[in-house]
Amino acid sequence: MAQIFAYILHQNGVMDDTAVELLAAGAALEPDASVTALVVGSNPDVEQVSREAARSFDTVWKVAGEALAYPNAEVIRPLLARLLPKGSILLMPHEHFSMDLAPGLSVLLEAAYLPDAVAFEERQGQTLKAVREEFNGMVSTHVACDLSSGAVITLRPGAFALDQEQGKNGQVVDKTEQALQGGIPEPLRRFLELVEAEAGDVDISKSEVLVSVGRGIEDQENLEIIHELAEAMGADVSCSRPIVDAKWMEKSRQVGTSGKTVKPKVYLALGISGSFQHLGGIKGAPFMVAVNKNPKAPIFQVADVGVVADILDFVPQLTEKIEETAK
Amino acid sequence: MEILVCVKRVPDTSENEITVNKDGTDIEREDLVYSVNEWDNYAVEEAIRLRDKVGGSVTVVSLGPEDAEEVVRREMAMGADKGIHLMDAAFEASDGYGIATALKAEILKGSYDLVLTGAQADDGAGQVGGMLAAMLQWPFAALVNKVEVADDGTLKVGREIAGGNQEFSEIRLPCVLSIQTGINEPRYVGIRGIRKVASVEIPVHGAADLGLSLEAVGAAAARVKRLDYFLPELGEGAEILEGTEEEIIDKLIELLKSKGGIK
Ligand SMILES: Cc1cc2nc3c(=O)[nH]c(=O)nc-3n(C[C@H](O)[C@H](O)[C@H](O)COP(=O)(O)OP(=O)(O)OC[C@H]3O[C@@H](n4cnc5c(N)ncnc54)[C@H](O)[C@@H]3O)c2cc1C
Ligand SMILES: Nc1ncnc2c1ncn2[C@@H]1O[C@H](COP(=O)(O)O)[C@@H](O)[C@H]1O
Repeated sequence: MAQIFAYILHQNGVMDDTAVELLAAGAALEPDASVTALVVGSNPDVEQVSREAARSFDTVWKVAGEALAYPNAEVIRPLLARLLPKGSILLMPHEHFSMDLAPGLSVLLEAAYLPDAVAFEERQGQTLKAVREEFNGMVSTHVACDLSSGAVITLRPGAFALDQEQGKNGQVVDKTEQALQGGIPEPLRRFLELVEAEAGDVDISKSEVLVSVGRGIEDQENLEIIHELAEAMGADVSCSRPIVDAKWMEKSRQVGTSGKTVKPKVYLALGISGSFQHLGGIKGAPFMVAVNKNPKAPIFQVADVGVVADILDFVPQLTEKIEETAK
Repeated sequence: MEILVCVKRVPDTSENEITVNKDGTDIEREDLVYSVNEWDNYAVEEAIRLRDKVGGSVTVVSLGPEDAEEVVRREMAMGADKGIHLMDAAFEASDGYGIATALKAEILKGSYDLVLTGAQADDGAGQVGGMLAAMLQWPFAALVNKVEVADDGTLKVGREIAGGNQEFSEIRLPCVLSIQTGINEPRYVGIRGIRKVASVEIPVHGAADLGLSLEAVGAAAARVKRLDYFLPELGEGAEILEGTEEEIIDKLIELLKSKGGIK
C-alpha cells in the first residue's frame, strides 16, 4: 500500500486548520491508513508545529532549516521529491501555496496530479474515483485518478471534515538530513519580501451587515444603486474579486480567500455566482440573501434566501421600498 | 524578450448557464458563448506591455480543436505578434499533463525567455503552468500579480497569497509564470483589430510535428480521466422567494428586519 502524507501548512508556529481535513481525506482514501504529517520550515516553528501535529497524526516527519524559514515552493519542491518514497500519495489543501508547489511536484515524482478534489467517492485497487467542480462550481465531474505511480492530491478547503482527532501521541521523526542531502542549492527564485494588503477606509471584517456586489453589476456606473441600498439599510459595501480587478473598488472591500474574511450577521450577495474562493471569506454562518438572474447559480445552494431577478431592476426597487418604510 | 503565452478557449461562465447533456458525457455546448479564458487575457496583456517596454515579441499558443484558432486570432488582434495552433486528434482527452507535454514540445522548438499561462482555466485545475515549468526544469511562480524586468537575467515578481498579501521574489529567466487576474487592465479588442488579423496565417502543429508519440498525450497518457458530468446536488438550498416583485420585496424587507439587516 502506498504511504500517505499530509503536507502541513503553518504560520508563526501554529498548525493550519486544514491539517485535520487532510487527516479526514486520508481516512476517506484508506479507512485504516496511517497518515504521516510533513512539517517543513525553520526552527523553532517546526519543533512547535511538529509537536502539535503529533497530537493528531501517528507519525510526523519534520524537516527544518534556515533556508526554509519562508515557504518557497521552488526550494521545497526538489526537497520533497527527494524525501518522498516512490509511489507515495501526498495530500495538501488547495490554496495559494499548493497552486505554486503541487503541479510541478507531481511531475518530479512522476505521479498523478488531482487538483481541488471536493470528495472521494470510492477506491478500487489503484483507481480513486473523486469529485471535482468545473465552470466555477456550475457543474461537477467524477474523475478516475490512477494511483499506481503515486499521486499529489489537493483538497478543497472545508470539503473534508473530521471531528478533531486529538489526544494522539504520535512519533516525530527528524528527516532533515535525508531531505537536505547535499545542502540546498541556490534557488532560481529567491524570496525578497512580503507586502501586506492595505487597510482601506472601511474594515469590512468588522461589519455586521454587508451588501456585496459581483460581476452581475455589469458596469461601474451601476454601482451607485448598490451604495444607495447599503445606505438605506445602514450597511457597508463589499464585493467579489472581478469588481476589484476592474479597479471599481478598493482591494480592501474584496471578500474571499485572496481578500478579506468577514463575519457579518447578514450578507447580501448581489450578482455574485458563489465561487468557493469568494465563499471562503465568509465565516460565522450569516443570514445570506442572494439575488441572481440565473436560477442555477451556485450561490443559491449556500444562501438562506434567494431571489431570481435582475439586480439592475430589483435593487433600486428594494431601496425605494426600504426608504419608504423608514419614513 | 521572446514571450510565449498559453491561451485556452472556454465557455464564458458569467454569460452562460452551464448544464449537463442527457447522458452526462459532456456539458450542453449548443448556444454557449465562448471566449478566451479570463486569466489568459491578463497574461497576454502583461506580455504585450513587457514587449513594449523591453522589445522582443509575443507569441500566443492554444491547444484545442478547430475553434481554438478563434482565440489565437483574438489575442493577436490585441497585439500579440504571432500565433500557433496545436491541433491533433491525438490530443483529445488529454489531462493537464498531456497538455503540458504538448506545450513543452512547442516551447522547445522556439527560443523563449518567458512563458506565461493563466492561473487557472475553466476546469479550475491551475495545473498546466506548474507542470510545464517542471518539465522544462525552469523556475516557476504561480498567481503572479506583478512583473518587473530587473535586469537581463531576472524578473522581480509579486505573487498573490492569502488575504490579499503579496510575496515578492526574484526569478531567473527563462521561467514560467501563471498570471492572476487584476495584474493589469486588458485592452479592449475592437472589430477593426479583429479584421486586421483576419487573414493572418496561423500555423497548425500536430503531435508528429512536435515529435510526440501518440502515447505521450491524449487518453493513453492521462492519469486523471473525467468519467462524467453531473449537476451538484442541491443540498437544502436557498428558499427562493416567489410572487410578484412587490410581494417578494415586502417579504425580503420583513426577513431582513427580523435578522437585523436593516438598521
Ligand atoms: C487563487 C484565487 C483566489 C481567488 N480569490 C477570490 C476572492 O478572494 N474573492 C472572490 O470573490 N473571488 C476570488 N477568486 C475568483 C473566483 O474564482 C471567481 O472568479 C469570482 O469570485 C467570480 O466573481 P463573481 O461571482 O462576481 O462573478 P461571476 O462568477 O462572473 O458571476 C456573476 C454572477 O452574476 C449573475 N448576473 C449577471 N448579470 C446579472 C444581473 N443583471 N442581475 C443579477 N445577476 C446577474 C450571473 O448569473 C453570475 O452568477 C479567486 C480565484 C483564484 C484562482
Ligand atoms: N488547451 C490549452 N491550450 C493552451 N493553454 C492552455 C490549455 N489548457 C490550459 N492552458 C494554460 O494553462 C493555464 C491553466 O489551465 P489549467 O491548468 O487547465 O487550469 C491556462 O490559463 C492556460 O494558460
